[in-house]
Amino acid sequence: MKPKSQKDFVSGLMFTCVGLAFAIGATHYNVGTGARMGPGYFPLMIGILLSIGGGIVMLGSLSSGAADGDPIGRIAWKPLGLIIGANLVFGLLLGGLPTLGLPALGLIAAIYALVVIASLAGTRFSIKNALVLATILAIGSYLTFIIGLSLQFQVWPTFISG
Amino acid sequence: MDLINNLSLGFEAAFTLQNLMYAFVGCLLGTLIGVLPGIGPVATIAMLLPATYALPPVAALIMLAGIYYGSQYGGSTTAILVNLPGESSSVVTVIDGHQMARQGRGGPALAAAGLGSFFAGCVGTLILAGFAPALTEVAFKFGPAEYFSLMVLGLIGAVVLASGSLIKAICMIMLGLLLGLVGTDVNSGVARFSFDIPELTDGISFIAIAMGIFGYGEIIANLAQDEGEREVFTAKLHGLMPTREDFRNMFPAVLRGTALGCSLGILPGGGSLLSAFASYTLEKKIKLRSGEVAFGKGNIRGVAGPEAANNAGAQTSFIPLLTLGIPGNAVMALMVGAMTIHNIQPGPQVMTSNPELFWGLIASMWIGNLMLVILNLPLIGIWIKLLSVPYRWLFPAIVLFCAIGVYSTNNNTFDVWMVGLFGVVGYAFLKLGCEPAPLLLGLILGPMMEENLRRALLLSRGDWSVLVTRPISASLLVGAAVLLAIVLLPSVRSKREEAFVED
Repeated sequence: MKPKSQKDFVSGLMFTCVGLAFAIGATHYNVGTGARMGPGYFPLMIGILLSIGGGIVMLGSLSSGAADGDPIGRIAWKPLGLIIGANLVFGLLLGGLPTLGLPALGLIAAIYALVVIASLAGTRFSIKNALVLATILAIGSYLTFIIGLSLQFQVWPTFISG
Repeated sequence: MDLINNLSLGFEAAFTLQNLMYAFVGCLLGTLIGVLPGIGPVATIAMLLPATYALPPVAALIMLAGIYYGSQYGGSTTAILVNLPGESSSVVTVIDGHQMARQGRGGPALAAAGLGSFFAGCVGTLILAGFAPALTEVAFKFGPAEYFSLMVLGLIGAVVLASGSLIKAICMIMLGLLLGLVGTDVNSGVARFSFDIPELTDGISFIAIAMGIFGYGEIIANLAQDEGEREVFTAKLHGLMPTREDFRNMFPAVLRGTALGCSLGILPGGGSLLSAFASYTLEKKIKLRSGEVAFGKGNIRGVAGPEAANNAGAQTSFIPLLTLGIPGNAVMALMVGAMTIHNIQPGPQVMTSNPELFWGLIASMWIGNLMLVILNLPLIGIWIKLLSVPYRWLFPAIVLFCAIGVYSTNNNTFDVWMVGLFGVVGYAFLKLGCEPAPLLLGLILGPMMEENLRRALLLSRGDWSVLVTRPISASLLVGAAVLLAIVLLPSVRSKREEAFVED
């Protein structure tokens, strides 16, 4: 049987899976009794309730929904990948990744990387505009966060600042 | 008079040069970010929260309150001029406000929104100051069972009054509750669901979740849409002042909106969204005067009423937070997070242990409202300029602020990975039509609910009936059940769906 609302069906499925995962995970901890609840008690309870709720959402999606089947629609992979990617590269450059032996390159480099990568997600990308924006944001961030709010960031790469 | 004494204590705390400055900066930043289309108050507060870490608690809360009002006000500016509601509560402002802007009456529409909000803010502040102490008395009678039931009522209230599918919203709450449980269990010291990652033993940072879901998720969704649809009415804006006729029309609407907003805002989950919808529906029901423009065609009442209601609701939704420590909506959930960061446990004890903070915050709400009127009406030209900045310049900056903000909370890249993960999750929620606000509420309430349930059942030796044998607890649960039952009634159900559909 084809669900009448694809969105609801998938979200119900998601709720059920997450609920079950938490419930199963909770059984690895001491569940205890009502009077002496262990760390597993409450997550087990809510996990089961959530998976039941997900089931109800799924059942509901079979019977009612929009005429067009309420499809999830196209996933915007490009902005999704670029925005999340920009965020991850920012983290990598700012903090480095000691497990892979990647040194921290500091805030300024991270800002340039983030702005350029994120800008790629826009409709009309121009590397010149992206660099101008990155420069403005780098100077602005330096003034507000480092000088103004005196947050503890590594600003320059390790091999420059030592 | 207690009220006057208390308020003067508050104004004393708030009227220092430093705090006034923070209120001002908060309003300014809030408006600045709030004006940007697609960024609501939750994302704005989450984004700017790290900027308040270095401040003393009173100043930080004052600034956050300013940010909240500013972002709401900025949201309505965007709604009127760009036909894009920056947040759900300005959805109704769009209908008539944008029509007014099209007819070259954008100025009066903005003024009506601003003045209406200011009036409502004044009344809301007084109600907050008057009611809070009384409710605090009640709160001291609460035991763990009552707190648990109150949270159930609050969560149910939040989903019942929100838009969208009821059962999905309840699922989102439970998802939030579960995410809130990640981390070290306070009673046993067991690290739950932490997968042996040391950073996760402290729990998932709620800022990472809020920014990921509300910030990144929405940016991605915005980018997936065409940019061409936006039209900004800047050229046609001349003359801010509404005419005398406008004033005659909007004044009663503002009064009605304020009354509605104040009463609905106190309800858990009510807040600004429901108030704005209710006010617009009410205004539409009231007969048009001769010569008045029809609704949907640019009626000033359709702007003034909902905006007043929206602001009054925003104000009174602080009541459950400040007196009971229970956040009524997603913005208040963020406020709880902010208070915890500053080592303030929200709840009835704040008023007695920290009267300066409590009354200072209330006084600063009024100051914030005043500043917004002063700030916004003359400076409207600047905000309009900001609106005409193309989105491709704005969104990389927003991504950057989110990333910097989330990193600076713990100076740890782990949070940056988490915000990326929740960005994907947030986009998935949008695609699946799952409203994310209840999740944030559940996230904050999860540990509190578990703790109170645990204590209640410990005291009753495992007897669940304690939740229904204690009168206050029982009536709270009955209230929650009644709310659910009402919404599930077929007639109400169709009305509710109708009410949340734009027309």
